[in-house]
Amino acid sequence: MIKINGKNQSLGTRIIKDLRKNKHVYLMAIPCILYFVIYHYWPMYGAVIAFKEFSPKLGILGSPWAGFKYFRDFFQSAYFFRTLKNTLVLNFLNLLFGFPAPVIFALLLNELSSNRFKRTVQTVTYLPHFISTVIICGMLLDFSSKDGLFNDVIVLFGGKASTLLLNKHFFRPLYVGSEIWQEVGWGSIIYLSALTAIDTQLYEAAHIDGAGRFKQLIHITLPGILPTIIIMLILRMGKIMNVGFEKVMLLYNPAIYEVADVISTFVYRKGIEEANYSYSTAVGLFNSVVNFLMLIIANNISKKTNENSLW
Amino acid sequence: MAKRKTISQYIFDCFNVLFMIFMMIITLYPFVYVLFGSVSMPAEFAKHTGILLWPKGFQLEAYKMVFRNENIIIGYGNTLFYVTVGTAFNIFFTILTAYVVSRKELMLKKFLLLMMTFTMFFSGGMIPTYLMMQKIGIMGTRWSIIFPGLISVTNVIIMRTYFMGLPYGLEESAFIDGANDFQVLFRIIVPLSMPTISVMILFYAVGHWNSWFTAMLYLRDRRLFPLQLILREILVFNSTEDMMISLGNLRGQDMSEIIKYATIIVSTVPIICIYPMLQKHFVKGVMIGAIKG
Repeated sequence: MIKINGKNQSLGTRIIKDLRKNKHVYLMAIPCILYFVIYHYWPMYGAVIAFKEFSPKLGILGSPWAGFKYFRDFFQSAYFFRTLKNTLVLNFLNLLFGFPAPVIFALLLNELSSNRFKRTVQTVTYLPHFISTVIICGMLLDFSSKDGLFNDVIVLFGGKASTLLLNKHFFRPLYVGSEIWQEVGWGSIIYLSALTAIDTQLYEAAHIDGAGRFKQLIHITLPGILPTIIIMLILRMGKIMNVGFEKVMLLYNPAIYEVADVISTFVYRKGIEEANYSYSTAVGLFNSVVNFLMLIIANNISKKTNENSLW
Repeated sequence: MAKRKTISQYIFDCFNVLFMIFMMIITLYPFVYVLFGSVSMPAEFAKHTGILLWPKGFQLEAYKMVFRNENIIIGYGNTLFYVTVGTAFNIFFTILTAYVVSRKELMLKKFLLLMMTFTMFFSGGMIPTYLMMQKIGIMGTRWSIIFPGLISVTNVIIMRTYFMGLPYGLEESAFIDGANDFQVLFRIIVPLSMPTISVMILFYAVGHWNSWFTAMLYLRDRRLFPLQLILREILVFNSTEDMMISLGNLRGQDMSEIIKYATIIVSTVPIICIYPMLQKHFVKGVMIGAIKG
């Protein structure tokens, strides 16, 4: 009898044994499963209204099917190109400038010889990360107003004052610039910790071989933190369709919809403000699917080119 | 690595230090500007051009108005509630979930893990979630702030990794002594995991402190609004009028800006005072998160 292990028993007995042994664990699991089912899986099921003529009175099941009507509506409207382009452009700019910034900042911090100065710089540059989006945007709106700080600086350099956020040329630089300002210090933490993991003997050996600081950077430091950089890049790619839309919502106005309106803000206006449930769900679903595909593609590219992968 | 510096290295070091000082100025100046602005005389402040290096005149009327503003006080109170109670719920359920998926011989473990990680990559979207919240009938109550995002999958995975790294012998001996899973979790594992749990508390608390969109979607009653939503009205929609009713000669557009500055200062000072003390935890937290990817 002692010889019988899990593999020889039937599924039924194994389940009963598992339940009896882990009854408290399953008791703990109940609220957690409930949460995931209600908060995550119910809306996933609810997303079928993208394919229906949803009306709150009839409910999800009772509403008649509409097929791909709402997807077609979206793809054929002018909004499709505008919101998709804005989402991708904002993200791309953020990736192009916002991704390397903390890496470079971490490398420069690493070159500082005084540890106390280094720590001071770190503490100071972490600060903006903790300021809420509403306050950051409040400050941005105020500074870019006609007599705000930004305009004072523009006038100082001989420019002309104007309300920057009513001008479509300024939205993207302001968005990306403030994003870098807020996250450059915080983002560097992860690279700094990767830097401390590099074996110092490598540097000593390189020094003996006559490699200068720049050569050490190229041949030791960068390869040392490359895995971290790649993992961070994959994570970033997976979020390419999720611009920080809260920030867009706080900053934009109808005058700059042309460059600022992204998919999520469009979903919000159509769905919550205009109660166009099926249409906005279709748009949101399109967003989720593209997002999901992006993550898989990014991960596969990284798997092929090197050993780093999320799963 | 003691070594002599070449001239080019010396120049580089100088520029690097200068660059870092520049970074610190860029980071801090906006806050300094707001602080100076908040105590300046409105008319003089409105007239100035160029960079502000010192307050223009001095008054504290704006701060008095901010502290007399009912909305801000109520908002502060609500935010305190959401931060403390919300975080407590987050932590409790995160620990529970992490414990469940850290059990090695649990049959449903794989399924549960898959069910959770899938939600990291795919979601039903804003509108279906909104409709679900309407259906379950907690819309408009404080629960509608606490329930969304109750369990963060990333945090569960971080916590689980930590739990699984603890020596199994401790749990085993407790089980042999007749303890059940609840006792093992709350008497043995939780006390041993305090470093990670404190990181989680910080993550969740900062999230609640910053959150405004959830409240905007699900709350209608102004008496339940968190501070950030009130700030949005004041800073983004410029509604400072009701604060200026009692004002005589200071009233007007100029004062409106000063009040905004005072509001920003009042609502950021707590965070600015707290975060340097927590720095050690955050750095550790980011590192724990990074290991898991």
